[in-house]
Amino acid sequence: MNPANRTDLGTLVELGTPRRQSRRRLLDRTFLIACILVTTIGVLLLGVLLTSILIQGLPGLSWDFILQYTSRDPSLAGIRAPLLGSIWVGGICAIVALPIGVATAVYLEEFASKNRITSFIRLNISNLAGVPSIVYGILGLTLFVRMFGLFGSAQAPAFEIGGDVYAIYYDTNGEAIRYPVSARDEIPEVATGDVGYVEEVEQAANGDLIFTNRWMPVSLTVIPEGEEATPAIGALEAWSVEEPADFEVVRPWYYLQFPFGQSVLAGGLTLMLVVLPIVIISSQEALRSVPMSLRTGSLAIGATRWQTTSKVTLPAAIPMIMTGAILAMSRAIGEAAPILVLGVALFITDVPSTVMDDFTVLPMQIYNWTNRWQEEFRNLAATGIIVLLATLLLFNAVAVLIRQKLQRPLQ
Amino acid sequence: MNGPAVDTQSPLTRLATLGSPRSRAWRDVREFLIRVTLIACTSFSLVVTALIIAILAFESARFFAEVSLAEFLLTTEWSPLLGESKSFGIWPLVAGTLLVTLVAAVFALPVGLITAIYLSEYAPSRVRSILKPVLEVLAGIPTVVYGFFAVIIIAPSLQSISKFFLGESIFGAYSAAAAGIAVGIMILPIVTSLSEDALRAVPRGLRDSAYALGSTRFDTSVRVVVPGALGGIMASYLLAITRAIGETMIVALAAGGLAQLTILPWDSVQTMTGYMVLSFLGDAPATGVEYKSSFAVAGVLFLLTLGLTLTGYRILARFREEYE
Repeated sequence: MNPANRTDLGTLVELGTPRRQSRRRLLDRTFLIACILVTTIGVLLLGVLLTSILIQGLPGLSWDFILQYTSRDPSLAGIRAPLLGSIWVGGICAIVALPIGVATAVYLEEFASKNRITSFIRLNISNLAGVPSIVYGILGLTLFVRMFGLFGSAQAPAFEIGGDVYAIYYDTNGEAIRYPVSARDEIPEVATGDVGYVEEVEQAANGDLIFTNRWMPVSLTVIPEGEEATPAIGALEAWSVEEPADFEVVRPWYYLQFPFGQSVLAGGLTLMLVVLPIVIISSQEALRSVPMSLRTGSLAIGATRWQTTSKVTLPAAIPMIMTGAILAMSRAIGEAAPILVLGVALFITDVPSTVMDDFTVLPMQIYNWTNRWQEEFRNLAATGIIVLLATLLLFNAVAVLIRQKLQRPLQ
Repeated sequence: MNGPAVDTQSPLTRLATLGSPRSRAWRDVREFLIRVTLIACTSFSLVVTALIIAILAFESARFFAEVSLAEFLLTTEWSPLLGESKSFGIWPLVAGTLLVTLVAAVFALPVGLITAIYLSEYAPSRVRSILKPVLEVLAGIPTVVYGFFAVIIIAPSLQSISKFFLGESIFGAYSAAAAGIAVGIMILPIVTSLSEDALRAVPRGLRDSAYALGSTRFDTSVRVVVPGALGGIMASYLLAITRAIGETMIVALAAGGLAQLTILPWDSVQTMTGYMVLSFLGDAPATGVEYKSSFAVAGVLFLLTLGLTLTGYRILARFREEYE
């Protein structure tokens, strides 16, 4: 539709309107003004929203805020853990959702014949797109976090791949000693002469103690009952070796457990469920926009369906598919409800290093801060929102660049 | 392939090379394997639906083993987390959800439609090129941001407005209205862009005929274009309402947490999603009746949104046939 032509026609019509119809022209003008006023509301709201967040959040924005972990003291709190958590979860979500989503769209648009089953699948996908994200959270909780309770609890999983288990004791010096065991519930018999591991502590230049991630071997001594215990590293009193204080699993990067528990993997897969219908629908639209003549041309010279799809249709549709994928990923990064339902801890002071680690995401942290009464935390929430929106903006900008690189004229 | 050098840049030529009968058998096998993979991916969406229904049905059944369906549907008090006297009447939650949705709809549906009419019928292309991105930005803002906005800006504004007009504030720090307005802002871009699509799909000829008969643009918009796009507009309304009903973070932050049967927008309400947040937040034990109750609530929510989505698509399907 060409707006210029329409305007000309409209102007002509109005010029030709007799005077007795001036009431209708007045109505037309009034309506136009009303339209503009109402439309301004949307723009104005966006303006108020962004301004209020900037006013409240900008003073708190600093590199410290981005690099520090969260804290109970608002002046020390930062957003590092949620920021990296969001990136982890978004990455897992993209890796799983995009291939499955695009493959589904390719099958429905390029391969499937139009029959009852495929039209049911289409309807089903539309329905999935309308399911509230919190319901996907419940699905993720049952399917990924708990795995229907089939493999025990997340704290004592039935299956583990990788991971060394240690029993934790405290020696007379108060240091935690790791003692290698083979299973989580095994109670080892610690004897004098065994080897345990103690965390290496370094002294910084200013005198602060730095707890490193290195564990050095130490020879253990069990002090018999009744004998006086002097504080020493590796010296364990008899009563304290009867039962370990705790168990700890040291996870290599490939560590995997079933059920997944409240892990990054469970979070990413849950968000995958949320955005999958969006990816499918937008990819379908992208494929549909590829001119039919390209397909028929390819098929006519003897290409198979897959050759046509992979060499002709998909390359032509990739820019639009990318656009849809970016929208879907933005949605995933902004979702808090499904992650909240998984029951992730609210206070995370560590960055995930394996897919089985605990995590939190930006919207969760913002929710948590907004939900507090103190003004300081609400300011933190505003600063967090700035980081979240900036992340989304950066994400979209990168995507636009990629899209422009890929975009080629079709004809 | 022999013969003159071919332009390998052209995709069609590349295809011709690929299509040579070097190994037709392998090609067929590959084609079959790819088809199987694609079908597997496609069936995943069916599996997801089946799992949602199965999980909600199974857990709700366990819930209804302890709480009767009659109590769930026929009583009007919802207080599952309060010690001794637990009661599970779903209606306060449904009423809370509908109240928030109503406030959102009263704001967003007319504003969205009028904006769509302006964009499609009146706006010069320069204005359009500014407004469309603004709406896209609005659509891309995470809902927790709207929740923050509701708590920090909307709720205090409502309090001061009511204080100005009535002398005292009838709004608390949490109210259905504050949440509802924020939800309305959230669904505004959905209504606008879907309605605008519907308006622009009305054939040009209808508009021209109206102009030729001497209609003003107002007459054309309101008497010709909007009725012609009614199906699409209704569908956009239903989809937006579905989103409003399922919205979680805004209501969790701004609606308060008091499950009460009320139609007063300044009251604090609890919605279905708000209750689910409350019961799942933190590490609730997976055994108690209140844990199972959130699955039953989720079941109601799922059925409600399913019904709305199906109706929306049915309307859309009927509307599509009109101009084909």
